Amino acid sequence: MRTIETGRRTGYLLARYAESLFWLGRYMERAEAMARLLSVTHTFSQDGASTLSWNSVVSLNADEKRFEKAHPVLTQEAVKNFYLLDADNPSSILSTIRMARENARMLRPVLSSEIWTQLNIFYNRMLMLRPSDIADNNVVSVCNFVRESCQSHTGIAEGTFPRDQGWAFYQLGVHTERADQITRLVDIKYHILLPRLEDVGSPLDISQWQALLRAAAAYHAFRRSYPRGLKPETVAGFLLLNQTFPRSLAYCAIEINQTLTALRMHYGLRGGGVALETIDEMRATMAEQTIDSIVANGLHEYLDWTQAALMAMTDSLYRDFFSPMPGG
Amino acid sequence: MSDLNALLDGYDPAASYCEMTAPNRLHEAGAAAILERLKSFNIEELQTRTSRVDREFYNLGITFTVYSEADVIDRVLPFDVVPRVITASEWSVLEAGVKQRVAAINAFLADIYSDQKILGDNILPRDLVLGNANYRQEVHGIPLINNAYVNICGIDLIRDQAGIFRVLEDNARTPSGVSYVIENRHMMLRVFADLFGSTQVRGVDDYGMRLQQAMIDIAGPEASDPTVVLLSPGIFNSAFFEHVFLAREMGVPLVEGRDLYVDDDDRVYMNTIGGPERVDTIYRRVDDDFLDPEAFRADSMLGVPGLLRAWRAGKVAIANAIGTGVADDKAIYAYMPRIIQYYLGEETIIPNVETHLCREPEGLQYTLDNLAELVVKPVGESGGYGMLIGPKSTQAEIDDFREKLTADPANYISQPTIDLSVSPTVTEDGLRARHVDLRPFAITGKDTWVLPGGLTRVALKEGSLVVNSSQGGGSKDTWVLSE
Repeated sequence: MRTIETGRRTGYLLARYAESLFWLGRYMERAEAMARLLSVTHTFSQDGASTLSWNSVVSLNADEKRFEKAHPVLTQEAVKNFYLLDADNPSSILSTIRMARENARMLRPVLSSEIWTQLNIFYNRMLMLRPSDIADNNVVSVCNFVRESCQSHTGIAEGTFPRDQGWAFYQLGVHTERADQITRLVDIKYHILLPRLEDVGSPLDISQWQALLRAAAAYHAFRRSYPRGLKPETVAGFLLLNQTFPRSLAYCAIEINQTLTALRMHYGLRGGGVALETIDEMRATMAEQTIDSIVANGLHEYLDWTQAALMAMTDSLYRDFFSPMPGG
Repeated sequence: MSDLNALLDGYDPAASYCEMTAPNRLHEAGAAAILERLKSFNIEELQTRTSRVDREFYNLGITFTVYSEADVIDRVLPFDVVPRVITASEWSVLEAGVKQRVAAINAFLADIYSDQKILGDNILPRDLVLGNANYRQEVHGIPLINNAYVNICGIDLIRDQAGIFRVLEDNARTPSGVSYVIENRHMMLRVFADLFGSTQVRGVDDYGMRLQQAMIDIAGPEASDPTVVLLSPGIFNSAFFEHVFLAREMGVPLVEGRDLYVDDDDRVYMNTIGGPERVDTIYRRVDDDFLDPEAFRADSMLGVPGLLRAWRAGKVAIANAIGTGVADDKAIYAYMPRIIQYYLGEETIIPNVETHLCREPEGLQYTLDNLAELVVKPVGESGGYGMLIGPKSTQAEIDDFREKLTADPANYISQPTIDLSVSPTVTEDGLRARHVDLRPFAITGKDTWVLPGGLTRVALKEGSLVVNSSQGGGSKDTWVLSE
């Protein structure tokens, strides 16, 4: 009689689980990034010239058309509602957490009960929020709640998720999303915040650059690296090229590279080669260039190229892992 | 000391058998001790613990999903904290009775899908089997290991006023509810551990392991280290929580139809990140109709094209087997005592409820003459839909039903209104008598094992006899006492 062997070989991860884990990681990071952005935008828009920065939240997410349809006039309250509570807006925190929970629901056979329960409670609390809960300064505590809930999730995952194939795809999701967020943040903000030609020479609005760093949770880390002064190029350079800060583009690229390499080495997977090449190319450009040369050659063009590379990498994950052809 | 009895003030089982206070139960030391401990709590305490349970189930996402036109609602199956107690001697009879039933059902299926001796011997009307919507010609002639057609069986039992357990219905397709049995126990241990005292209650935790073993037992001889999967219709299915639960308990992938495919070699594969991986046993929670669009409903998006072909070729085991629905049909049910006698040569251990077949002239006449006193059920429905409860219906409803019945008599059976036993249940007004049933679960691979107890469902509405979750039912923990 055959019995259950305790040390049974675990097979390869179900392709659909890999995809869901990738997106679970992305959605949780996305919600956290949005909460930081809204909170910082609120805090630094209290001095009057606010419309511009609220506007940039919309452009950062490439939501101009959808937003205009829901809110003909752009106001602070409209943006906050749109990005926190609007169930019809797929990039709202509510929608993002809903999608994370849907993925987690599908993934429950491979997630710890604690990951699921925390996310379930988080979502149920989000559902109970009303516009009055995010009015005026309340928005800061709601954003803190979202950020802390996302961080709880990250911590529970760190402490309960076996370091297996599933973890690798979850980590790929986390770092792909961070890389995506940071490139978009730098792209949008850099050009808004740069002094216009006629203003060159006038004092720089330091507080807005600090806000940018805070939106990426990078202010103190930046200060430790650059104790004196604050130049736009240094900020962009830090957020893109610093190799130790966990949300920088360079750091995320290193993590993605290592995760893909480990997947191929430890599990003998043949897929992932194209994704790895794409990431290596991205890392090569960062190694060869300084922020000054990137800015000189066109920061926007560079970030566009980076975004395209991240998308190409995701596509190749789909081809190789998430939707393999039957029998192929 | 009058306070000690305050909990049962206003508690009145009327003519129903009470699972907690019936005089004959109080001679059983274990059952009596539980009642005494229960009485040491007041109703407010029980109500507080009940709301704590609700909140916990909701947070844990132990919910079933209800789809209305506009909304998707996750609902907790209401849970009552007062357990339903089954004594050791009661259980030994029930366990033997359930095993007998499963053995007879499997022997019956093996026969009608091969030699059909039972039809040749005129024990059952031929058309009742061959004309049955759930009879699958395609299944004919497939040898199964141990004739295990029904690997997971749920048998619905009720208890009449005399305290006699009776079978109300067999569930031989994809019976659900076992996850609640196990979660209810975990919940009781968390919120009401003080009620257990020194009473030894039999555990329910090894269900997943037993199920996994049975799935390995039934895998074909080709598989040396069988890969088992659980096939679910997906997150939109109302029982999705249970699918997740069972996949976790067994430690197997929870797959959907789109994850699997049948190759030219008639083998079943699942798509993994490392390419196709062979699947040996599928515990499917998808109905026959939707299982294989090549063989059954062509519009099914939930199935796997070619699955029947793979199964017929002996390349994959499917639990439960295709075509088991013919055995739990309400018309076949009426013949079950004769089926047990025919295959096993035994008297039925757990009797049926008296049943009249409207397909037979005498049965139809009796039913039409006594509609106001009878329960009339369509044979193919489940979930308590489409039935008439005579004593609870208006004259207009009865007349309406009479027309439906005369138009298609073969579609109906009738039974006397059986009183269901009651169990003390927490309500806003205090502890009150509410009707309960019991669904024990049996797993069959190389042999048959019955989970001690089963799902006790409770009709939360006063006087209601309908325990289905879709119609206001809840559940209780079921305590089988050790010897």
